[in-house]
Amino acid sequence: MTADVLTPLLPGVPLLLGLIGLVLKRGDKRNGQALGIAGAAIALLVTIVLLIVVDEPVEVTHRWVTFGELPVTLGFSLGPAALYVALAVAVVALCVQVYSVAYLHDDRRYAPYAAQISLFTGAMLLVVSANDLILLLLGWEVMGVCSYLLIGHDRRLPEAPAAAVKAFLVTRVGDVGFLLGIAWLGVWSGTFQISEILDRGGVPTVAVLFILAGVAGKSAQFPLHTWLPDAMAGPTPISALIHAATMVAAGVYVVFRLFPLFAQSPAALAVLGVMAAITLLLGALSATAQDDLKRVLAWSTVSQIGYMTGALAVGSPAAALFHLLTHAAFKALLFLAAGAVIHAVGSNLMSRMGGLREHMPVTFWCFVAGLGALAGVPPLAGFWSKENVLVAAAHATEGEGPAPAWVGWVVWIAALAGVAVTAWYATRLLLRTFFGHPRSRTEQWHAGFSDAHYEGPPGVPHDPPGLMRWPVLLLAVPAVLLGLAAFLPGFRSALELEPPHLSVSIVLPLVLLALGAGSAWWLWHTAPGDDPAQALGRSRPLFAAGFHLDKIQDLLVVRPVRAFAGAVRVVDEKVVDAAVEGAGTSTTRLGTALAAAHRAALPRAAVAVFSGALLLGVVAAIYGAAS
Amino acid sequence: MMDPPGVPAALQVLLIAVLVVPAAGAVAVALLPARMDRGARLVATVFAAVTFVATLLLALPSSRDFGWTDYSASGAVPVAPWAEVQAPWVPSLGIEFHLGVDGVSYPLVVLTGLLTLLCCGYTVWKVPAGGSGRTLAALLLVLEVGILGTFLALDLVLFFVFFEVVLLPMYAVIAGWGGPDRRRAARKFVLYTLFGSVLLLLGVFTVVVAAGTGDLLALAGGYGLSRTTQYVAFALFAVAFAVKAPLWPLHTWLPDAHTEAPTVGSVILAGVLLKMGTYGLIRVGVGVAPEGAAWAAPVLGILAAAAIIAGSLVCLRQTELKRLIAYSSVGHMGFVLLGIATLTVTGVQAALIGNVAHGVITGLLFFLAGAIKDRAHTGDLGALGGLRETAPRLAGLLGFAAIASLGLPGLAGFWGEAFAVVAAVQRGGALWVTLAVVAAIGGALTAAYFMRLLRRVTHGPATEAVTGFPAITRPEWIAWAPLVLLALAVGLVPALVLAATSDPVAALTGALR
Repeated sequence: MTADVLTPLLPGVPLLLGLIGLVLKRGDKRNGQALGIAGAAIALLVTIVLLIVVDEPVEVTHRWVTFGELPVTLGFSLGPAALYVALAVAVVALCVQVYSVAYLHDDRRYAPYAAQISLFTGAMLLVVSANDLILLLLGWEVMGVCSYLLIGHDRRLPEAPAAAVKAFLVTRVGDVGFLLGIAWLGVWSGTFQISEILDRGGVPTVAVLFILAGVAGKSAQFPLHTWLPDAMAGPTPISALIHAATMVAAGVYVVFRLFPLFAQSPAALAVLGVMAAITLLLGALSATAQDDLKRVLAWSTVSQIGYMTGALAVGSPAAALFHLLTHAAFKALLFLAAGAVIHAVGSNLMSRMGGLREHMPVTFWCFVAGLGALAGVPPLAGFWSKENVLVAAAHATEGEGPAPAWVGWVVWIAALAGVAVTAWYATRLLLRTFFGHPRSRTEQWHAGFSDAHYEGPPGVPHDPPGLMRWPVLLLAVPAVLLGLAAFLPGFRSALELEPPHLSVSIVLPLVLLALGAGSAWWLWHTAPGDDPAQALGRSRPLFAAGFHLDKIQDLLVVRPVRAFAGAVRVVDEKVVDAAVEGAGTSTTRLGTALAAAHRAALPRAAVAVFSGALLLGVVAAIYGAAS
Repeated sequence: MMDPPGVPAALQVLLIAVLVVPAAGAVAVALLPARMDRGARLVATVFAAVTFVATLLLALPSSRDFGWTDYSASGAVPVAPWAEVQAPWVPSLGIEFHLGVDGVSYPLVVLTGLLTLLCCGYTVWKVPAGGSGRTLAALLLVLEVGILGTFLALDLVLFFVFFEVVLLPMYAVIAGWGGPDRRRAARKFVLYTLFGSVLLLLGVFTVVVAAGTGDLLALAGGYGLSRTTQYVAFALFAVAFAVKAPLWPLHTWLPDAHTEAPTVGSVILAGVLLKMGTYGLIRVGVGVAPEGAAWAAPVLGILAAAAIIAGSLVCLRQTELKRLIAYSSVGHMGFVLLGIATLTVTGVQAALIGNVAHGVITGLLFFLAGAIKDRAHTGDLGALGGLRETAPRLAGLLGFAAIASLGLPGLAGFWGEAFAVVAAVQRGGALWVTLAVVAAIGGALTAAYFMRLLRRVTHGPATEAVTGFPAITRPEWIAWAPLVLLALAVGLVPALVLAATSDPVAALTGALR
């Protein structure tokens, strides 16, 4: 009973508070902060109560509207796994709201900013709790709009509007497929209710592939990942929100939720597996060559999401969800800690950083924990979840799961290679930022964009104020410990997770981890002060540009569409409209000609009348003779 | 007056009042002396308000659910309006004065009442240059009579008469109070739509002569008209309504008319006038000639999908604010027509809610575009920019309207577009699935051009044209707030529009199954 009431409130409260926040005066900082924090806190509270109260999955269904014979319901369903995701969302959202109070202390449009975060949170919770595809689509698209608004929030950055539009449009291209997939599933099963759709067999592969297109857009999977690195133009807390708990997690979660459908379609899993492997390596390699701290983290998100989709492709949704949870913890930690660094240094670029360890010990240790978890250092969170993914992939190479064996191989090899590359760039990031000597300030200090400009000259870098420090420290706890939850039977059964295997299989990833981290350290050690990325040689610009996929996308999609649009406009004006106008003018001209013909002087008119009469007479005579 | 069984007299009076009140208002306003211009506009607003209340009251009996359950012998659900008035008009030709309202027409009736009220209220505050405000207000009321009559008419000839009543006042509004090129635009509008009307007239008489009656209730489902008659009639109706809706490629009067029309003219034009085309296609086209509709459906569907793509692509390269919104209407009406073309209950319901949503959202968009143009004295996207720096509220509203228009779930625009796609998938087969895919791609293009619009107008540094914008005035808020709230309300509670539609729509499309 409690659960039935609380479940709709979980997304409902943040959404409502977000809507209220939008109509506040934009300078009304105090109320904006209060509403934002309240929304996230209530969502967290509701989640915790539900976690305590609920033993069995809750389902709440209300009628919404019926189109023909297709009912659309306001249906919610929360199982234990969904509740853990909701918990991650709420915790990260709360941290982001509190952190933003200090981070954007001089922002003049704080109220809409906080309100948009609330909407974002509520929309993600809606995706997590929805039991109806249309309701899920609502959350899904509202998230897209919120990401657009928040990425474009900072008006000082000339890049921000373009990045915001790009994020919205690239995900929207994926959503073309998502909508079609939903339509297909709905028509095929006669309902949009997820629980009923999952009960049916023989799902059409095309519908599942359509859904995958939407997932690729939202979860930044190749080839629709291009928006994510640019989305760094958003304020750093927003990056944490998008990367850790909302947006990119949504795609993975949807595949997890609909996994019984995917399990029926080896073709869809194969597509997903290839996509995951490409994304995983593409993201990791691109992360090696970035100079912008946030872009390293952004590309690492692309790569880590690749691990999750890889786990899904090899038929292990539990491993994917486990990695989603640990990733939420350590990536939120890393972004918020990066915000502290950016605040202290006044730049995003690692080439402007260095030697921050002494001045910012708290941030440094948080970074160590976060990067360790990212790279998969035991016993930090990422180690356990990545281990799970690798084991699942190794299993799949035997070809017994829902996916073909070759998909298992592809994912397994990519994931192993990813371990080494991840360790390499994580080590590089840590060394470049916190070790060595501080770089001297030059004229070009503010090159690139940063969302933490100071008016006055910055002092010595220091650890952030309490409102920023506490969220970071709070997130460090799960980043370190969450992996050990795999030993808790309750947590395992909620996710349907395998118990951790500490067998020989962990040796290979650990060796690769040591190899990656060691080589980065060795490069840095032999040439102190130099960027280890120099070792990449000629491939460095390629990696830094993300394999030029932006340019390819521009060339293959944006320009043709633009040119085609121009052509259509010309046709519309010069052919379609000209035909109409032409019909008008030629009628007028014909009228003028006829009018002129009628304007005759008496003699000519008389001749015309008589010849007309004669003609008619002849015709009548012929007719009369003929009949 | 003949009493249709079971309709209370009060309701019949109400139905008549919905038409008589604005007509009386128009006469009263026109008769007031010129020096009482502002007073006359206030009087017009009062009359519009009374009409709006009357349209709201029409909903009262619908909850009582009578009339719908009397299944006829054939098993199909008859079209049974919940309120109707019937009186002989030209008995020898079988023409009657027959008005009624059901779930299909009711949302449009209310929307017309609301938008006319908002426009009259807006006119109290601001009269566009070109003529007296009193005359403009009177013309708005005359327009309302015509539009409401079209939605309420249950007799084919009556429908045609009301359909035509709208034409001249709209011409006068554009030609009298419009932009610099108004005369040409108004002439194009009136001649183009007259061409459509001629075809409609031919269609009406084809049907009335063949069937011997103009009663839309009796005609619904084909009335045993021969196949050829239905084909001919539907072809005539389809082209006539396609001009009004407008359906690509018969749309070119629309951008010119919208660009030149005054704000209130654009709002009425986009908000409800275009709906006469789509409503006519459902009620008259599909209703009277179902076999013809089934025969022409693929062509209609293909043209609708073409309209979606062409409309959005032109928007992508458009450089004038109001023209862009006008072209966006072409795309949106494409979704509505796609829904109708599927001839499924899902599709027609999607078309109905798409109709209402487009009226609300595009009405709002034209109000906002008018406000921006009035302040900046230009609608050129190249000259506008940085609106969120100088007029954050206006920029926020424009953002809201754009996002609503691109079909964000949770706002009104979503249902019509998404379920037009669903209906096309439901229809099945290679053609309709392709159309669904094309329409969905059109949805992404819609997002693209609205994003481009927002980026041009609201983001970036403020340009000269947008500096020193006066704040949004109270009358503007009053005119816009209902539309903002409706866009949200219809988005969250689509049943507001669709609650009573399933039976009448099933009856209209039922003959096909």
